[in-house]
Amino acid sequence: MFRYTKLTLLREVGLWALALLFLTPFYFLVTTALKPDTELFTTSALAPPKSPDFSNFIDVLTATGNSNVVMGLVNSLIITAGSIVGLIALGSITGYVISRSTRRWSKGAYYLFLVAIILPGQLGAVPLYMGARALGLTGSAWGLIVLYTGMLLPLSIFLYANFFRGLGTDYEEAATIDGASKSQIFSKVVFPMMAPATGTVTIFAGLIVWNDFFTSLIFLGGSANQTLPVAMYYYIGSLVSQWNSIFAIVIVSMIPILALFLFAQKRFIQGFSGGLKG
Amino acid sequence: MTATMQPKSEAAEAPRRGRRTPGAGQNARSRGRGLEFGHWWWALPGIALVFAIHYVATGIGGFFAFTNWTGIGSFKITGWANFEAIFKDPTKVGALSNTLFLAFGSVLLGNIAGLVIALGLNRVLKTRYILRTLFFMPVVLSPLATAYIWKYIFDFDGPLNAFLKAIGAGDQAKPWLADPQWAIWTVLVVLVWSSTGFAMVIFMAGLAGVPAEVEEAAAIDGANLWQRFRNVTLPAIRPAVAIATTLGIVQGLRVFDPIMALTGGGPAGATETLATQVYKQAFALGNFGGGAALALVLAAIILIFAVLQQRLTRSNPED
Repeated sequence: MFRYTKLTLLREVGLWALALLFLTPFYFLVTTALKPDTELFTTSALAPPKSPDFSNFIDVLTATGNSNVVMGLVNSLIITAGSIVGLIALGSITGYVISRSTRRWSKGAYYLFLVAIILPGQLGAVPLYMGARALGLTGSAWGLIVLYTGMLLPLSIFLYANFFRGLGTDYEEAATIDGASKSQIFSKVVFPMMAPATGTVTIFAGLIVWNDFFTSLIFLGGSANQTLPVAMYYYIGSLVSQWNSIFAIVIVSMIPILALFLFAQKRFIQGFSGGLKG
Repeated sequence: MTATMQPKSEAAEAPRRGRRTPGAGQNARSRGRGLEFGHWWWALPGIALVFAIHYVATGIGGFFAFTNWTGIGSFKITGWANFEAIFKDPTKVGALSNTLFLAFGSVLLGNIAGLVIALGLNRVLKTRYILRTLFFMPVVLSPLATAYIWKYIFDFDGPLNAFLKAIGAGDQAKPWLADPQWAIWTVLVVLVWSSTGFAMVIFMAGLAGVPAEVEEAAAIDGANLWQRFRNVTLPAIRPAVAIATTLGIVQGLRVFDPIMALTGGGPAGATETLATQVYKQAFALGNFGGGAALALVLAAIILIFAVLQQRLTRSNPED
């Protein structure tokens, strides 16, 4: 019954048409970014540039101060990588303990994390800022790593805990009989088995931290260490309707995440569709 | 007490032991009882960090909801005054209805579009994985970057108006983002555009679990396309629908970044949401007490919908 028929071909063509329509914003993004200033207001918004040039991109990459994009790229990379490491380390071990323990508090801890996922961050933002400033966590990359780890930890624990619930304890029992200690069981047996959950946590945390604007705007405010979205925000703030320059920096900010997505798209999509079954 | 009626019964004693005795985890016991691996204190750093960052900070913020604190200096406890002010202020009531409109509108349209695409991509298409990648692309982009692209599209000199003029509908051209009637719809378009791919992959995963034989059997029994969808496919993907809508609503109720970049809440408050109002009150206008009260209202709404959604899912017999 499910063979490739003329009707299937029609469906395939129709979906391609829909996909192209769906992705037209990217067409405007690229064509506009390649327009020199002289063409921006003289050519139609729909038309591609007559003489495309890359001067907008050169301007973006050589900007200094608050809108130093290269520096933002490096900072974003450090902060994202650091947060992912923190979330995997703390999330895996906490998720493991609360899903394997049958004591009463572990159920309570599970709900503690579940509710934390949906609490809106703005309510705690000002007290959090004051606390972070008192502890010297504002204005530095590692302070932001601690904050992101804490903010996204409930999600990470939730993903790990759900993963463990579906996993039998046979391997742990076998390792116990073989005389492995608790920490050996965790590091040598359990952690490698968690690879799918670790992959999902990496993708979610990576995307959220890399794309986050609000937290880094507030907690890095006034320092020289800006992340990429904040650098982009400041860069664009100095431009009015200079859409070619604006889009050049939007493209620069998108390239790393899009490249990673296209490279590992299967894992991304698996992470999104599989990791959320709870 | 069951314990007195059935003395020394294994069944009555096992759950108690599992709960009370400190974990003698070394000896492997049967699954589902008092099994314990790892040390309980391994969970402490994680619990402490979450408690401090989420609960203590939120609790302090919640306390200030009942004060007239400006963000610095001294304050007075004012009881429910901040909450009364919310429901007297048309901007904030408008923000509340905008938030609900955007959350439900984007979930409804995003999920319908995602489901239609997922159904279209289901089975035998040769290029389904390429198409899936293309439809999913907007999901990985930052909301800020996405909003800038659409800001240009809706700009008065932008592609949408240029297109309308090109097809001879130039009189329909308008400054979309500055039009009090249309601005909220532009925000909705952007939200749907960036969430469709997400709903699509969840539905694709759900559809992959529907056995082809069952659909074939239904077809042989004479069920038409719609009947097959209603009676075979839809029940099978109900869990996927629940996940996609719950997450969509929680996300939608918190929407902030795209609005700040697209309209900043304007024109004249036409696209304010609870999240943008919280930010403005607490950080820009020095009315931290009022902002905190609004954030508390937002938290309550999110919790209500999340719990409601959970309940609706539970009523599903397949779960």
